[in-house]
Amino acid sequence: MTPVAIIMMIIAMVTVWGGLVAGIVNLARHPEVADAEPNPPAEL
Amino acid sequence: MANATTQSPRREAFGSRNVFILSAIGSAVGLGNIWRFPYVAYEGGGGAFLIPYLCALLTAGIPLLFFDYAIGHRFRGSAPLAFRRMHRIAEPLGWWQVLICVVIATYYAVIIAWAATYTWFSAQLSWGKGNEEAYFFGDFLQMGDVGKTGVSTQFVPQVGYPLIAVWLIVIIIMALGVKRGIGRANTVLMPLLTVMFAVLVVQSLFLPGAVEGLNAFFTPNWEALADPGVWASAYGHIFFSLSVAFGIMVTYSSYLKRKTDLTGSGLVVAFANSGFEILAGIGVFAALGFMAQAQGTDVSGVAAGGIGLAFIAFPTIVSQATGGSIIGVLFFGALVFAGITSLISVLEVVVAALQDKLGWGRVRTTLTVSIPVALISIAFFSTTTALAVLDTTDAFVNAFGIMAVALVAVIVVAWLLHKLPVLREHLNRRSSFKVGWFWMLLIGALAPIVLGYLFVSEVMTKITTPYEGYPGWFLAIFGWGMVISLVVLAILLSLLPWSRRSHAKDDPEYDEFLVEESYMPDAETGTVRVPGYTSKGARS
Repeated sequence: MTPVAIIMMIIAMVTVWGGLVAGIVNLARHPEVADAEPNPPAEL
Repeated sequence: MANATTQSPRREAFGSRNVFILSAIGSAVGLGNIWRFPYVAYEGGGGAFLIPYLCALLTAGIPLLFFDYAIGHRFRGSAPLAFRRMHRIAEPLGWWQVLICVVIATYYAVIIAWAATYTWFSAQLSWGKGNEEAYFFGDFLQMGDVGKTGVSTQFVPQVGYPLIAVWLIVIIIMALGVKRGIGRANTVLMPLLTVMFAVLVVQSLFLPGAVEGLNAFFTPNWEALADPGVWASAYGHIFFSLSVAFGIMVTYSSYLKRKTDLTGSGLVVAFANSGFEILAGIGVFAALGFMAQAQGTDVSGVAAGGIGLAFIAFPTIVSQATGGSIIGVLFFGALVFAGITSLISVLEVVVAALQDKLGWGRVRTTLTVSIPVALISIAFFSTTTALAVLDTTDAFVNAFGIMAVALVAVIVVAWLLHKLPVLREHLNRRSSFKVGWFWMLLIGALAPIVLGYLFVSEVMTKITTPYEGYPGWFLAIFGWGMVISLVVLAILLSLLPWSRRSHAKDDPEYDEFLVEESYMPDAETGTVRVPGYTSKGARS
């Protein structure tokens, strides 16, 4: 493979798969709230 | 699924957010990811295509995905009901999407049936080395010429029986419901698909010539970026690839729990879909590089997309490669799984719409919807003229169905009903990734411009040259006639009144949701009153 093709391949993998990993990490940091939980107080 | 203690059954729901995400990925990852993206990218400048592709993903694909999620989750209904709850005049948009899904389901199933048959053929190299093209069109499809014979009724058993089997499997999944059917199918098939495809890619990379294929795929042609056609094809591809704007994401997000991180989930779905496309590009072009080397030509000589790639190029690779049968089984098996998870999402749009409209239970609605759709599918696509009908309906329903409804939907919602602030507010309530005025700008301005451009250019091409040279009467029925009748039928369907048993009139869960979220009560359901509001004042 030519260097420019290798660079484009790496950029494609990093942006798209990196975006996927970032998305999964972001979601893991915001776990699902159970529907059964009581509502937080509306006014603090 | 009926709850004995209440009059109306509870709305079905996905078991968890992760099952929803897997199902949404299952819907988005379809045949297009595997057989369309690699060729579109290759044609659109190879490595340089990444730039318009990422632009399209970030400025149109993801914003439209959020748009669909917001509609389905805020109005908590199938496409027609969600649009009706937004505003009465928007209801035809929902029915239009439902009818588009009916058309797509009929032909999508037969491609799965072909792929399933070819999974079996791959194991035995049934086509005979060097005879792949003639075998597909002649022996397998027994293709007739619509120009000479008209639409045929001659049954082709090797296509027809697998097609019936595909429908039986899909109907069983649908009848089991959202949680036990769709959710479970995706939980099993999506990890399996990923593993199979990863093995396929690794195996392709070890074929001689694979590196040349990757070189052809990733070498950038920067001049392509100056061509507006390349940008249009990037936006068009992202648009079809993510399954936005034909009701699927509206329907699926209506099955989400009330407090769900919508945008965070959407980002995972969008990037997973694109991640699969990059993987498919690598796998497909590595295999094409091998094929080019084996035939002593350039990669440009063997590069193909769509049916030509799957049913002619891949069988050729399977015949020539050592361990080709394994490649074939993995490739066609991946097509089957990717196709089934997409087909069930397409059918769910129709089933959900009728469930809401009629207030019927799951099994009854599934059978009422799926059996007629399956019969139409078998009638048109198990005959000798299947390919011509498939090719034409696919091209027309994509351009003048999906793209047209998306264009009309963004204009109606953004400019006529001014609902973008409502949707934005709903997205931001629970989501980790907040959307702002820029999102409204992308949906309200960029999306109509891009979709409008794509739509007009499609109209021009289809009017000036008869599609694929098919006869005029044939295009008038299966092309123009079909797409126009979808609009007419959609308007007629939205004129039908909703009965008192339908979910538009009787939906305590929706009322409860509105109270909990402090939204105005719905004008039509209104079984729960909120002090201080009257149902006549209900707007948002």
